Amino acid sequence: MNGIPVLTLLTVLPLIGAAIALWTGKHARNVALVTTFASLAVALYVWMRLPADGGFGLVEQHLWAPTLGIEYHLGVDALGALMLILSAIVTLMSVDAAHRVHHAPGLYFALVLTLEAGLFGSFTALNFFHWFLFWELSLIPAFFLIKLWGGARRGPAATQFFVYTMAGSVALLLSFLAVFLSTGSMDFTHLADLASSGKLEQMVTAHLGPVTLWLAVGVLAGFAVKVPIAPFHTWLPDAYAEAPSPVTMLLTGAMSKMGVYGLLRIALPLFAHQIYLIRTPLLVLAVVTVVMGAWAAAAQKDLKRVFAYSSVNHLGYCLLGIFALAVPIAAGNASGHASQAAALNGVILQMFNHGVTAAALFWFVAMIQARTGGHRGIDQFGGLRKPAPVLAGLMGITLFASLGLPGLNGFVGEFLIFRGVFPLSWVAATVSVLGLLITAVVLLTVIQKVFWGPVPEHCAAFPDLHHGERMAMAPVIGILFLLGLVPQIIVGVVNPTVVNLLAHWKF
Amino acid sequence: MNYADLFRVTLPETALEFAALLVLVVDLAFLRKTALRPRAAVASLLGVVGCLAAAWAIFAAGSVPYAYGNEILLAAGGLVTVAQIGIVVLTAVTLLLLIDSAFTRHVAEFAAVVLMAAAGGLLIASARDLLVTFVGLELLSLGLYILTAFAKTSAKSAESALKYYLFGGMSAAFLLFGFSYLYGIAGSTNFYAIYSALRQTGAGLPPIFFVALVAIAAGLGFKVAAVPFHLWAPDAYEGAPTPSAAFIASVSKVASFALLVGIVSVTLTPAAVTVPRVESGLAEALQSIFLNIFVSSLIFLLALASMLVGNLAALAQHSVRRLLAYSAIAHAGYILLGIAVGTSRGSAAVLYYILTYGLTTIGAFGVVDVVERATGSDNFDAFLGLHKRNPVLAAVLMVLFLSLAGIPPLVGFWAKFNLFAAVLGASNGAIPFALVALAVALSAVSLYYYLQVLKRAWVQPAVHDQPIQAPPVTLAVLVFIAAAVVLLGCFPSLLQNWIASF
Amino acid sequence: MLALTIYLSFAGALVLALLPKDRPALARWLALAVAVAGLAAALAGFLAGIGQGRTVLVDLPWIPSMGIRFLLAADGISRVLVLLTGIASVAGILFSWNIDHRTHHFFAFFLALIGGVYGVFLSFDFFLLFVFYEIAIVPKYFLIAIWGSTRREYAAMKLAIYSFVGSAMVLIGLLSAYATAGSHSTSLIALAHAGLPVSFQMWCFPLVFTGFAILAGMWPFHTWAPTGHVAAPTAASMLLAGVVMKLGAYGCLRVAIGLFPHGLDPWGFAFLGIGSWRDVFAILAVIGIVYGALVALAQSDFKFVIGYSSVSHMGFVLLGLMALNQIGLSGAVLQMFSHGIIAGLLFAIVGRIVYDRTHTRQLAELETMHLSRRLPFAAWAFVIAGMASMGLPGFSGFVAELQVLVGAWAANRWWAIAAGLGLVVGVAYIWRALQKAFFTDLQPTAEDHPKTGWHDLGAIAWPEIAGVSLLLLSTLAVGLWPRILLDSIEPAVQSLLAGGGR
Repeated sequence: MNGIPVLTLLTVLPLIGAAIALWTGKHARNVALVTTFASLAVALYVWMRLPADGGFGLVEQHLWAPTLGIEYHLGVDALGALMLILSAIVTLMSVDAAHRVHHAPGLYFALVLTLEAGLFGSFTALNFFHWFLFWELSLIPAFFLIKLWGGARRGPAATQFFVYTMAGSVALLLSFLAVFLSTGSMDFTHLADLASSGKLEQMVTAHLGPVTLWLAVGVLAGFAVKVPIAPFHTWLPDAYAEAPSPVTMLLTGAMSKMGVYGLLRIALPLFAHQIYLIRTPLLVLAVVTVVMGAWAAAAQKDLKRVFAYSSVNHLGYCLLGIFALAVPIAAGNASGHASQAAALNGVILQMFNHGVTAAALFWFVAMIQARTGGHRGIDQFGGLRKPAPVLAGLMGITLFASLGLPGLNGFVGEFLIFRGVFPLSWVAATVSVLGLLITAVVLLTVIQKVFWGPVPEHCAAFPDLHHGERMAMAPVIGILFLLGLVPQIIVGVVNPTVVNLLAHWKF
Repeated sequence: MNYADLFRVTLPETALEFAALLVLVVDLAFLRKTALRPRAAVASLLGVVGCLAAAWAIFAAGSVPYAYGNEILLAAGGLVTVAQIGIVVLTAVTLLLLIDSAFTRHVAEFAAVVLMAAAGGLLIASARDLLVTFVGLELLSLGLYILTAFAKTSAKSAESALKYYLFGGMSAAFLLFGFSYLYGIAGSTNFYAIYSALRQTGAGLPPIFFVALVAIAAGLGFKVAAVPFHLWAPDAYEGAPTPSAAFIASVSKVASFALLVGIVSVTLTPAAVTVPRVESGLAEALQSIFLNIFVSSLIFLLALASMLVGNLAALAQHSVRRLLAYSAIAHAGYILLGIAVGTSRGSAAVLYYILTYGLTTIGAFGVVDVVERATGSDNFDAFLGLHKRNPVLAAVLMVLFLSLAGIPPLVGFWAKFNLFAAVLGASNGAIPFALVALAVALSAVSLYYYLQVLKRAWVQPAVHDQPIQAPPVTLAVLVFIAAAVVLLGCFPSLLQNWIASF
Repeated sequence: MLALTIYLSFAGALVLALLPKDRPALARWLALAVAVAGLAAALAGFLAGIGQGRTVLVDLPWIPSMGIRFLLAADGISRVLVLLTGIASVAGILFSWNIDHRTHHFFAFFLALIGGVYGVFLSFDFFLLFVFYEIAIVPKYFLIAIWGSTRREYAAMKLAIYSFVGSAMVLIGLLSAYATAGSHSTSLIALAHAGLPVSFQMWCFPLVFTGFAILAGMWPFHTWAPTGHVAAPTAASMLLAGVVMKLGAYGCLRVAIGLFPHGLDPWGFAFLGIGSWRDVFAILAVIGIVYGALVALAQSDFKFVIGYSSVSHMGFVLLGLMALNQIGLSGAVLQMFSHGIIAGLLFAIVGRIVYDRTHTRQLAELETMHLSRRLPFAAWAFVIAGMASMGLPGFSGFVAELQVLVGAWAANRWWAIAAGLGLVVGVAYIWRALQKAFFTDLQPTAEDHPKTGWHDLGAIAWPEIAGVSLLLLSTLAVGLWPRILLDSIEPAVQSLLAGGGR
């Protein structure tokens, strides 16, 4: 710690940007761009300043409301820092993509920046209260972004999104209240310590009776909605499809990670044993999420819906990895520990990869839509590689990254997850491979239908990416390659945190 | 019999009577040809001077009672002085209202009758003898009948005066009837002697005593307008000219309650037990307990009925005068609670209450008078938009009515609080508590009807927009009364310390 | 310093009442200046009082004969609520900037009400407290009856009668306590130490508690609240919900619980699991929470939604009081502050910003008005205020309601669970109102939106922006940094629980 509250600054920065953007009208996008660039720089700085032992760095801790166990407690480990970078990148992409906001641009970008602040806050919080504040803070701008700038059916979609997430939040809040009432603490690190020494369950049982498992279920439900896990996913396709594409980028690229992050930061540290107890049903749900997501994607005719369901599928791998590793491993079992570590590394990598890739995919959808006056049906295009070779090429790369082609980023994460899951639960892994295959088919179908074949009349004058767009896409594609070729730049930093986390989870 | 002594003690009454004669003489001798207004001004100012002289005399009389033989005829000092000063002050205020009124050409006669009736009031307040009491009461009552009928051209005035007179005559008969029985039982007309005798009557009081009590209760109940002897009040309040009504509502009430306070004080005086005891202590104690319980139950009953009937009937009124009449009945109910507990603290609270109530109610009638003269009616709707037509009058009305409703920091609240605290402090039985609880609850109800008037004055728009002109003297008196109500409410100790200083 | 708030407000009210009626701008600025000065005094007093216990501000003999003193003092609870009153008064005046009808009267009543509220929060003598309590009630009647909207006279009268019935109950209880204690002092501290018999406390507690709780909107005595809120002009609903309901809750805490702590003891038998007054009132509070929220969910009038939400949120205050532990009581006090600010804000948006422009509060009509585009300021202010009302973290309501829930949990789990249910419904009704009033019926894109037929709703004036900002900043400041208030509240609650402050 160097005395400068970097994490607080990081969280406040977008809020200041939002306040400025609100009053700048047409120039709001520039304000947002500057703000998000600055945020990205700070996030990268945070990444550089991580402690080597995988623990929390840049910790800030102050009393807040002591009677309620509320402290202002911030800190990041590699997991948190990686999520900060991802949030910053995705927000930057989203702002970049949103150059067609005509209605109330000031408000739009203020909401986007507020959402970013919510992301930053929840990825740095180490106290439930603080975390929950930002968890909710991100929800509300997201709702209005869908509600006010979305497509034709945005009203119901936004409401559905809000109601689902709110219901999940209530479950979370109630569970945490119970935990607080039993332990008098809301601090993640303190509660994690209690849990790893087994005291948490004792205290809960002493105070409330044998309900720890139900508390775990409540917490899981909250995250399940956000990720989402089947069968809580039904809000997602509508919301993703109706939201304007830049907002969808945020939803899928960053907000869905809040759920996975919550599982890793909150659910597993506190309720590792309970999750182990219900591991089998959870694994079933994860596998269903994987396979169903892929299968549903195959049935879609709308590009956005295709990618929405494929997002469900990709996040399903994260869930698969997380639930698969929730199993006690004997102290001497080195290969078991290695599997767990591999799965967790894979999960974290997959979170990042999916964030960037999915955001990029929706960005491409936005470009296509802008060029064809709103068309995004999978059958409405054809042969785009002819009029727009660059777009076709770059989007193709992104699609291949998404389906996990070796050499691109998607492969590494999914490989690590399967590498870890097979030894831990070969059944789940095997069934999930099915999802992998279907996804490949779906995405290849997209490539085939959109980029190949005869060019329909309305696509004849389809303009290619102009210079600015190429400049904007280049770094994104660069990241896809970089992480595919040198995943070590992330895994090397994340691994100590992974080891540290796994050491604390007592299944 | 010492006439010098008698003169000294009755100097206040004498001053009032002298003032009454002076008013008549001056008017007859010098002002025959003068316009009405100056005549009214002279008459009322002379009356006020008379009142001031009487007040001075009351102070000067000190606290030495006048005794005939060894029996006290006229008490002095203490609460008697307070009540008497209250009577003359309220009389003076009433007379000031006369200056601007125009219901009669015979202003001098009016002022004279007011002064004589006030002299009767002074007499009752100090009387400790059945006969003196009765004389005082009749002096007061006859004056009131005349005052009620004073608007000769108004049929209402005549009607209400007749009703008042008939009821009053009947009640006087009852009272005299009761007094005669009491004399028969006790063998004396002196209060102290009667009280001692009653306590001494060993084998039990004759049933005739209770007849006497009920008859006296009827007579006095009529004076304070307690239910079920209240029927005259709404008509009298409605029909009488405003200064008369104000006088009935204030001075006459003060005098009547002063009499009750005097009776209570007799039971509290140690000197009462001067006659040698013949019975054993226990029997005497039982006897006195029985007596006390009977008397206080009787008063509690009257109080209960008055509070209920007064408040509930007031809810249904549409005339402000009748409203004031029923609310007066309700207030009499509250005050009777203070009488019923029979303590000196209760008596002080009663006097405090009735004096401040008297002042407030004079003011209320003053406002009604002004409005009535401008609109020709005392209906609620005559007050519509008063805040616009005369903001000062509206403000005065608000202060006075809220005080009557018992809203702090106005004096009405403090009077109620003081009274109820005295009642609860005197006895912790269930019945007084229940009655106080009821009284407080009914005060909340009373707010409803007071607000009905205030609503029209302050909330609803006016039907006619032209301003209401209040005569300057009346307005000044009203503002003075309102200021006093606020001031005494904010600093209750002023009046209370003053009362306690006698 | 804090005592200044009272004097300033009353002096301001008096001056405003005397202003000529053709100078509305002067009246506005004067009122604003007085309120800002009051807020400054409240803030200065609050800041100076941090870390101090109870400090006596003024202690003068008032009515020595009854041991009544003009005793103003402040502990942490008082200071917080005085601060709330200061904020609410300034905001109220800002949101009344467009009052043109009898402007000076409006602000005179307004400041009189504020002065009474300040007085209640600072009085440590029950007589004085009661005086201020009643002073606060009367102006409410006129504010609603004169400047209100839907069925204003009915609502005003209902509110006044409910309030006075409540205060009558309080008065009866206090009178009995005074009489029973016999300590010859009306100081709350002295009475708390008078050692009132447990059996007395047992019946006096529910009486006084209910009396105060009527004004706090306790179910089933809450019915005045929604009608009153709806009929009242914006500033008055803000004050009603913002501070007047707090008077009731404060009285419950300071007087009922402070003087009669044993009234909460178990009866010694249980009926249907209810074994003490504490259970009774806690259950009523919980019913209020859930009932208020459910009814709010079904309203078609925008203001009724907020009106019933007040009933629900005040239930949390009462529940926190009945938790009778440190965290529950702190939560209750914090919730008083929080709800005061948030309800004020919601009423301001609904009443001033929306209703004064659209002249309808029917959600069905508002639905067709595209308000999110025509009044984006109102829409977004309501979004944030709604978030605060839902109890989202980061706003004052979250900490307060959480504390109450935690306290209730420690007392009886079922209370907390049922109240939590109310919280969930709370999200739903705000959500529904928000959707219907501001965000329905939007066209697919902004460009082809039919703007024809939109009459001009008028620009948002600076007082509205200032008022919204003031309230929003307050709730955010407390939400993000609850210790600024909790540091004051907790020691006071602690000493109250320990008996030191009783």
